[in-house]
Amino acid sequence: MTLALEARNLSISFGGVEAVRNVDLRVTRGERRVIMGPNGAGKTTLFNLLGGQLRPTAGQVLVGDQDITALPPWRRARRGLSRTFQISRVFLPLTVWENLLIAVSGISGFGPRAFRKAGADKPAARRIDELLERWSLGEHRATPVQALSYGVQRLLEIALAFAASPQVVMLDEPTAGLSTGERAMVASRLKSLPRDVTLLLTDHDMDVVFEVSDRIMVLDRGRAIADGTPAEIRANPDVLDVYLGNI
Amino acid sequence: MNRLWWVCAILLLAASALVSAGLVPPYYIGLMTEVMILALFVMSLDLLVGLVGLDSLGHAAFFGIGAYVVGLMSLRGVEDMGVLLLAAIAGGFVLGLAFGSIALRALGPYFLIITLALGYLPNALAIRWRGLTGGDDGLVMLGRPTLASYSLDSPARYFFLVAVVLVICVCLMQAIARSTFGYGLRGIRESPVRMTALGYHVWTYQYAAFVIAAVFASVAGALNAGYNLFVSPVDFGIERSAGALVAVILGGAGTLIGPAIGALAIMALRHSIGAVTQHWPLVLGLFYIAVILYAPRGLAFGLSDLLARWRRR
Repeated sequence: MTLALEARNLSISFGGVEAVRNVDLRVTRGERRVIMGPNGAGKTTLFNLLGGQLRPTAGQVLVGDQDITALPPWRRARRGLSRTFQISRVFLPLTVWENLLIAVSGISGFGPRAFRKAGADKPAARRIDELLERWSLGEHRATPVQALSYGVQRLLEIALAFAASPQVVMLDEPTAGLSTGERAMVASRLKSLPRDVTLLLTDHDMDVVFEVSDRIMVLDRGRAIADGTPAEIRANPDVLDVYLGNI
Repeated sequence: MNRLWWVCAILLLAASALVSAGLVPPYYIGLMTEVMILALFVMSLDLLVGLVGLDSLGHAAFFGIGAYVVGLMSLRGVEDMGVLLLAAIAGGFVLGLAFGSIALRALGPYFLIITLALGYLPNALAIRWRGLTGGDDGLVMLGRPTLASYSLDSPARYFFLVAVVLVICVCLMQAIARSTFGYGLRGIRESPVRMTALGYHVWTYQYAAFVIAAVFASVAGALNAGYNLFVSPVDFGIERSAGALVAVILGGAGTLIGPAIGALAIMALRHSIGAVTQHWPLVLGLFYIAVILYAPRGLAFGLSDLLARWRRR
């Protein structure tokens, strides 16, 4: 089994606080892995370490068999590692089409081609149409994002991460703030994605978590306390303790 | 916003027709020429402020380098405006590369302060290096440049030169704004963190935009020198940088046409009210307040809303 994304003994501390402690993570190609844990467990911090937004105090991050620990986020993106953000970072004054254009053009880099008229690049334009179709954003293509509902903005946030055909996508609470119906929709979209893309996601919605995941890792106070199939996690007493212990 | 472009294009055509028919007194031809030069300078700053979200207070450095390149070369016998413009562009390019590499070490308010400080450098140099620049007295050019042996030495002819250069520059700036690169700049303005996560090397984009803006500003400076036949440290001055920033914000940052309209409005007010009272800055101040109250996103948005409403009637 080839690994798509790997973290070895990953740690980061802010001042004296160890937000992520010695986390080992091995995600195989095509896998859907959920990172679970209560608020403050270190899920977003772990994502920031994997995405390069934060540098670890110890440990390594690997994509495939390449060590990317020292690479800045934009180089990681070009190695096929993409992510969404817990708080949407979409380009509000721009239209949906323009948002996707920006997203599909990121990894091709800066060169003379970048000065061509937006959309003149046929493969890019086709890719945008595909994305509009897949994420049901077609009817909003010419609408400024700030005029769209939160649910649609959230969908765009996810679509942006998939735009450049990445190998690994990290989704930080993709369904945060969505209605029940919208959550189910996002979950089914994620489920229907082709298996050539590897997903790493966090979410608080247990229905989403158990519907999408192949394996689950549970974090608590920065430490990985469990790692297994959904059934194993459900039966794990430590996990129950974390989630139900202080009731 | 497209409608505003059309209105301005028609205004420019009408003005050109009137000028070529000899119906406009030289004083007003000169005024229109000045407006076009200022519009070009202000639009070049909008590439930085409006598209990338980098507020600069040192943009006059590039206007000034264009002006001084023309002044110095003209005094050494170079007469052709084409050559002078290319030399000014080279000057703006090199200074843009240098200043950009320093200023872009910081962002936000720090970027603003660094550009302000950098803006003082060429200003001080122009004052101190009397032997080359004539110091405070500036440089007086001995004759108006020509264009391939075609004389530009009448207000109407220079007007047309400036109009043609302006149209070329506007087309280029629009092409940049509508290119994939241009959208990358807007993305950086909205969320640099997201852009890096999408694989963009944000700094390269900002640096390229900085240099491009510098080049267009140096063209404006070159045209201004050829118009006034005089360059002085004022061309590098902070007042010019700050005034352009005001025009960009007043006109509507990020729209290109808005800042041009802002420049037009400021020039028109200054000259019409300046003819009546020397307290014109007071009226200009009231105008700024009115725009901020009634068209907070800038004149361009206010006007295009107005045009839309007027059409619906």
